[in-house]
Amino acid sequence: MKKKRTISDIIVTLIMTVMALTFVYPIFMVLINSFKANTSISTDSVFQLPDEASFVGLKNYVYALEAKGFFDSFIYSLFITVSSVLAICICCSMCAWFITRVKGVISSALYYLFVFSMVVPFQMVMFTLSKTADKLDFNTPWNIWIIYLGFGAGLAVFMFTGFMKTIPLEIEEAAMIDGCNPLQTYFKVVMPMLKPTMVSVAILEAMWVWNDYLLPTLVLDIKEYQTIPMLIQTSFKGGYGRVEMGAMMACIMLTVIPIVIVYLLGQKHIIKGVAAGAVKG
Amino acid sequence: MQEKVIKRYWPIFVIPTLGAFAIGFIWPFIQGVYLSFCSFTTIEKNKWVGLDNYIRALGLDKDFKDPSPLTDSLWFTVAFAIVSIVLINVIAFIFALVLTRGLKGTNIFRTIFFMPNLIGGVVLGYIWKVLINCVLLLVGEPLLALNSTAGFWGLIILMVWQQVGYMMIIYIAGLQSIPESLIEAAQIDGATSMQTLFKIKLPMVMSSITICVFLTLTNSFKLFDQNMALTNGDPANSTTMLALNIYKTFYDRIGASWKGLGQAKAVLFSILVIGISLIQLKATRSKEVQQ
Repeated sequence: MKKKRTISDIIVTLIMTVMALTFVYPIFMVLINSFKANTSISTDSVFQLPDEASFVGLKNYVYALEAKGFFDSFIYSLFITVSSVLAICICCSMCAWFITRVKGVISSALYYLFVFSMVVPFQMVMFTLSKTADKLDFNTPWNIWIIYLGFGAGLAVFMFTGFMKTIPLEIEEAAMIDGCNPLQTYFKVVMPMLKPTMVSVAILEAMWVWNDYLLPTLVLDIKEYQTIPMLIQTSFKGGYGRVEMGAMMACIMLTVIPIVIVYLLGQKHIIKGVAAGAVKG
Repeated sequence: MQEKVIKRYWPIFVIPTLGAFAIGFIWPFIQGVYLSFCSFTTIEKNKWVGLDNYIRALGLDKDFKDPSPLTDSLWFTVAFAIVSIVLINVIAFIFALVLTRGLKGTNIFRTIFFMPNLIGGVVLGYIWKVLINCVLLLVGEPLLALNSTAGFWGLIILMVWQQVGYMMIIYIAGLQSIPESLIEAAQIDGATSMQTLFKIKLPMVMSSITICVFLTLTNSFKLFDQNMALTNGDPANSTTMLALNIYKTFYDRIGASWKGLGQAKAVLFSILVIGISLIQLKATRSKEVQQ
């Protein structure tokens, strides 16, 4: 019995290894092409490794960073993601606490409104939202987080209220009897207990904001500010359908590398957080 | 007692989120519903046209020609959803079964399979566009821009690659929650591994299956970034899915009639997605009662 298992285990491991390699291959393909000269990346030579004639070293990366403004885009994307996630985590958890602790028609109406917003697809509001944001001047990377807070509130409030229903009231009551006002109670007692849910919400919202293409395209002033997905979509197209492939591949690599690093560092939390979000959502 | 004290603090606790929510969702949503009954180019310049936009969106206006009818996109999306639901869930479940066997390197496999999930749709779309075009050229088929069959299967491959890891994680969690004693008891009673799979493991993870099926279903219906980056609807709007159809109706055409039509399509699309979510809610609720 035991011996039979080891043989089948080896076969299964081999198959899984092949699968894993095919999963990694597309990224590897981007990597090898990012070192080739533009002219050497024709559609039929994508699979070839760079040779002496086509190898250009880091030229594509330098070009993407300098001429295409990758660095600016990176800063915009980073700022938008961090500010939006912070705003969502703090404001929505406070709102969720209020909704669960203060019972009444208004609270439950708000709750269902948030849940409803989670389901509605973005295309429903994209035109009117971008016009509203323009009118209120929420169209720079520095204040677009207000829009993300509004549109991301649904999922966050939903996940926070789900968790808050399970934590015992007594701890908060004790704190309030000891003389804490609701703000102190919230920040000193409730918020520390929320940490696991906070991590899940932060990861889910960060993945969404960082990769979001449509909302920033419609809301931001495209000529002035481009987030990374916008840069990849718009910046490498020359005239007559020509694409600057080398620089684009380098740019994709520069986008993927930070994601992979963050993922490998926080793998446990990320996988757990995403799974928790899926089960609740 | 506490409730009253907390209630007095409502401006601090509720206003920030509610204010942003009003700007980011409630107000645009109300305007959106209203504008779907109008002909407009900006929000202010609108003219009430009643149900005209809806009649056109559903293809009932014989005198009106829409280059990408909503119904075409609906069928394409439905076909895409069916194929991707089956493929993603079957592959993810097999991966989950293998990775719960205690093999060496399980963690590495899990890490690799999950990774594509974190990469954004636009980036994924371009990576696969390059790859698929190269394969098509080598086998002598027309490229993606002229080949709707390749566009369909390209989208499927892309979405399988992206989502298998995610669903696999949910299935692994489901499989690990099956009590060990249950499987051991079955083995002692002489059940083969196939029997344990179909008679014990599958029924025990039914709730995970429901979650994953609906996740893949809503993901397929809401798909936008990948669709835009990989095929952008080419050739001739034959690979345009619902979300991209609405976007193109809004922004790729010039004239007063298109934005109203786009908004009406968006309302219909929302009703469809909300409907799916309600069915999902019902399905998961009834599962909970059984357990």
